Amino acid sequence: MSQATPAPEQPPAGSTAPARRDDGLESRAQGALREMLESSWLVTLAALVLALVISGVLIAAADSAVQDAAGYFFARPADFFSAAWDAVWGAYVALFQGAVFDPGAATFARGIRPITETMTWAVPLILAGLGLGIGFRAGMFNIGAQGQIILGAIFAGYIGFAWDLPPVLHLLLAVIGGVIGGGLWAGIAGYLKARTGANEVIVTIMLNNIAIYLVGYLLTTSAFKRGDSNNPVSPPIAENALYPQLLGPQFRLHLGFVVAILAAVFVWWLMNRSTVGFAFRAVGSNPSAARTAGINVNRMYLLVMLVAGGLAGMAGTAQVLGTEKVLTAGIAASFGFDAITVALLGRSKPLGTFFAGLLFGALRAGGFAMQSRTGTPIDIVLVVQSLVVLFIAAPPLVRAVFRLPSPRGPGAQPAELAAPVVKEAAA
Amino acid sequence: MKKIIRAAALTGAVALALAACGSAPEESDSTAGGGDTGGSDFKACMVSDSGGFEDKSFNQSGAEGLDRAKDELGIKEVKVESTAETDFTPNIDSLVQQDCNLIIGVGFLLEDPIQAAAEANPDIEFALIDSAFSDADFNPVTLDNAKPLLFNTQEAAYLAGYVAAGTSTTGTVATFGGIQLPSVSIFMDGFADGVAKYNEDNGADVKVLGWDKEAQTGSFTGDFENQTNGQNLAKGFIDQGADVIMPVAGPVGLGAAAAAQEAGDVAIVGVDADWFETSPDYSSIILTSVMKEIGQAVFDTVKEASEGNFSSDPYVGTLENEGIGIAPFHDFDEKVPAEVKTAVDELKAQIISGDLVVESPSQN
Repeated sequence: MSQATPAPEQPPAGSTAPARRDDGLESRAQGALREMLESSWLVTLAALVLALVISGVLIAAADSAVQDAAGYFFARPADFFSAAWDAVWGAYVALFQGAVFDPGAATFARGIRPITETMTWAVPLILAGLGLGIGFRAGMFNIGAQGQIILGAIFAGYIGFAWDLPPVLHLLLAVIGGVIGGGLWAGIAGYLKARTGANEVIVTIMLNNIAIYLVGYLLTTSAFKRGDSNNPVSPPIAENALYPQLLGPQFRLHLGFVVAILAAVFVWWLMNRSTVGFAFRAVGSNPSAARTAGINVNRMYLLVMLVAGGLAGMAGTAQVLGTEKVLTAGIAASFGFDAITVALLGRSKPLGTFFAGLLFGALRAGGFAMQSRTGTPIDIVLVVQSLVVLFIAAPPLVRAVFRLPSPRGPGAQPAELAAPVVKEAAA
Repeated sequence: MKKIIRAAALTGAVALALAACGSAPEESDSTAGGGDTGGSDFKACMVSDSGGFEDKSFNQSGAEGLDRAKDELGIKEVKVESTAETDFTPNIDSLVQQDCNLIIGVGFLLEDPIQAAAEANPDIEFALIDSAFSDADFNPVTLDNAKPLLFNTQEAAYLAGYVAAGTSTTGTVATFGGIQLPSVSIFMDGFADGVAKYNEDNGADVKVLGWDKEAQTGSFTGDFENQTNGQNLAKGFIDQGADVIMPVAGPVGLGAAAAAQEAGDVAIVGVDADWFETSPDYSSIILTSVMKEIGQAVFDTVKEASEGNFSSDPYVGTLENEGIGIAPFHDFDEKVPAEVKTAVDELKAQIISGDLVVESPSQN
């Protein structure tokens, strides 16, 4: 596929916007982002299949039985292929059994536990992914979900273990605290972008680092430590501030999953039904056109970041008040970065993000079984995830591999992309 | 360019083909499952903390102990790595599902997950490296099926601090850590106290950079991965006159060793293992090492459990049972003054007899 005209949109002359030197670069990046978001479901599925196939090769290569058999490949090739098949099949079966249903479990509850684990892992991914998706659709490369989750977890965690409040109220306040924490952290980047034009990619990445060291520092202070212990672990969250368990104590699934569903509905409403969401999309499609149409673009940048950060902060509350029940330095694991993948895989739409979150939750949950049952390195799971991103980010590559037709004629694309934007913004 | 690529590809293909020309093993072998005949059915399992098993530090030592148990006792092993704190509970759960008889958690960060799993699975035995267990009010508790493996590391670090102070010609020694964790600062506490003891005995005024035991504050690089940070921090100490440095930061310490080697007359005190052996590149600058025999403790625990003699009594590595200790001086044997050596032997005897107690707030 050839890209004859690289820049789909031209800043209109006489725009009220301050002069921006990086307009060409920015619009090109936005074009690439838009292509990722607009590629078809078929491409997404194909990317997933490709990722699984290539990971299969890596699983086979990492397996010691396969390595042994490869040493005498010409003497008895059947050994090699059966060993490779065993390794790959075994790993993917373990992945399934760890993520969906385990038929070999002693009790029915144990059998269905994997799917509840998948849902548990999906909660922070969905919530943070929803927030990032809003940013992507508004043209903001927010890489800061990691830091926003951490700040959300710090706020929610502190309210959760330090305050003593009645049930319901305590949980509510802790969640609100988490949303505020995440929102404020993202708001810094939004404010700087709006006021000074600071690149949100750089600011959010740096804020991630600050957040990581901030939580590490806080856990050494007496306000966050457990009594006399020097371990960097907070006291446990009070009973009243915990998300209630949905299926009883033998499962980790908690109310946060319902919150994630509600958040997805909210985001759908926000982006598709509300005026603010329309303004977000207009800014994302073409900031200059949006500005011409009378939308306060800078205000939208700040607002987008506040909403995105609030959702990421909510992901932090799911971790600290639901899954882990305690604040640690690693509370956010790598959710903030995985959520970027989730949002891209879900094409930044709420429903897509929800299912992408479930898929990544499944990869996470299944990874543990894969590692402990078949000895597959945990890194392979990370490789699968990374390969998915790689292929999602390159729709033309996937289309070329599977000979899928391009959704539009090569030359028509830029015009088509720009046209509805102007119409929307002018409406 | 194309020709080069083609040639390289061809060479690679030929190499692969030749490598694949080995003869097939006997048919019976491939079904015997590796041929560890007479192996026990005992399954010992281990969960790493987020450092992974190749951290050149305590996770690795623990894994080596388990590997040794597998080889020598013929037991089965399963090792799973965690990439973050959030992985601990699922990893332990997957091991419980695997019918492990003994599950060992490496590192105090696994305290809560191991304790919860031990309470939920009374039939499975657990062990935890570097931490004891506590209840909701932070009071110590003992569990019938969980054994803490603890180390009085400060005792060995005390001796190392004494030696460092006695060997320093500039009157300044230094230490730093990776992250401020109890299992790290316990080294630094002992080191600082050892230097203070030397000053007291000899009326000297050797300074310790990088750690203030009273305030429990000091220098940390921020992680256990980035060697450059260790190198820069060590350079800073060397610029301030330090000529003996103890880095308590796993592989980051190798950065300090590089800085010391570059500076010339600066010595390093290794940690966890005898660095003279494990880091041959730097063997000429290793004064001594504060050794923590995690592998031995793991091996002993697995051995006891596999023989049905598991006890939940804490294992405490001390100078007395050689669970901790300081490494020989190797190349520095002549540079360490004789009176310092005698003093260290005396101090060691006093610690073992209980006449001298080395304390650390990080001690469990």
